[in-house]
Amino acid sequence: MIHFLVHNAADNVGVAVVDLEPGTACSGRILADNSNLKARAEQAIPLGHKLALRDFSIGDTVVKYGCEIGRIVQPVKAGNHVHTHNLKTKRWA
Amino acid sequence: MTKRSVLGYRRENGGVGVRNHVIILPVDDISNAACEAVANNIKGTLALPHAYGRLQFGEDLELHFRTMIGTGSNANVAAVIVIGIEAGWTQRIVDGIARTGKPVKGFSIEGKGDLQTIAEASRQAKEYLQWASELQRTDCGLEELYISVKCGESDTTTGLASCPTVGNVIDKHCGDGGTASFGETSELTGAEHIVAAKAATEEVRKAFLAAFEDYTKLVFDQKTNDLSESQPTKGNIAGGLTTIEEKALGNVEKLGKRTKFVGCLTPASAPTTAGLWFMDTSSAAAEAVTLWAASGAVVHLFPTGQGNVIGNPIEPVIKLSGNPKTVASMSEHIDLDVSKILQGEMTIDEAGDALLDMIVRTANGRLTAAEALGHREFVMTKLYRSA
Repeated sequence: MIHFLVHNAADNVGVAVVDLEPGTACSGRILADNSNLKARAEQAIPLGHKLALRDFSIGDTVVKYGCEIGRIVQPVKAGNHVHTHNLKTKRWA
Repeated sequence: MTKRSVLGYRRENGGVGVRNHVIILPVDDISNAACEAVANNIKGTLALPHAYGRLQFGEDLELHFRTMIGTGSNANVAAVIVIGIEAGWTQRIVDGIARTGKPVKGFSIEGKGDLQTIAEASRQAKEYLQWASELQRTDCGLEELYISVKCGESDTTTGLASCPTVGNVIDKHCGDGGTASFGETSELTGAEHIVAAKAATEEVRKAFLAAFEDYTKLVFDQKTNDLSESQPTKGNIAGGLTTIEEKALGNVEKLGKRTKFVGCLTPASAPTTAGLWFMDTSSAAAEAVTLWAASGAVVHLFPTGQGNVIGNPIEPVIKLSGNPKTVASMSEHIDLDVSKILQGEMTIDEAGDALLDMIVRTANGRLTAAEALGHREFVMTKLYRSA
């Protein structure tokens, strides 16, 4: 079973494709080259929500599709849920 | 790929439609009542009530006329009754639609009242409806269909599954010589560089960036915060999308992998050649699809993640979703389930072929979920206040 997908090898977040419970050992796939990777969900992450693939500090840029999708505003650990509470747009601000 | 055929309606000007509507079109808001009365008298005709058409001026008025004339000119429409309060603007719309060669007649209310107007228009509508009911579908090429694309209530599955599925169809359809259009100017924010790189020529790239910068200026002029209450929407956020950039990068998956876009259209304008076209539209679903129907599009492809329920009165809206929860919980709204992509059990190419099959079935007469559920959102785009 695939737990999460990653668009591009340069991405630092993945997308849960099933609901993830804290502590789940996850199998992931990078769509750009069909390679596989592992990660561990440290928090509950619903289907469609993002999983941090590394630690982030305030000000770091989140990359998805190989492109910038915003800046980190609260520290994030690998395996944590990345969403509106810790990631904000760089546009329209 | 072997070219496929559909059973469509070939109109007087050569255009191919997939529906055979007789519409009762109000020029203005105060003519809605008469139009609805005619449609109630003559079962099988379709009134298109809307909120505008009085005291508009400048580009806003031009867009109003383009939308009215374009809607009547759409190849999914067999014949048109136009009703307005005044004779002048009514005739302008009649003359615009008449250029297609299809039957159209106008009626104005001032000087005779609703009841006489309704009686006269109903007699004409009955003739048109009976005439249209004898038109036959004929073999037409799938590539003759003008297809529009826009997603709604997106989530991260749209960028993973349903939008790339539409992109696959865009590559195949435009590769076969078909015509298609995308837009949603504000929802390209964060992916505008990707879109700009898909422009067929430097001139097209500049025109796209000018339209994009113009919309960005509108947002900055009107916004009271960072738009986080509106873009992404609450539904987008519930589905896992966090920022406008992330939403835009999923959105542009609909443009395909190899197709370049050949030109930029002002809202409700028709493409002048085959190929993929950018249209400068709002990202609100009903507003945008109404503009594409007015530009002549006859089938709309609508990827949704969290379950947008939109339809259009004259352009069938085919919904596809890659979110297994939405496919289960809102099944009556979904025409095509592509959620197997998430587990690697379906490729994007297979999903694209399945969507082409659904386009053919829809063109041949299958009612979409939105049609069966009576979704007929007809929403005019208004650029600014009336005089």
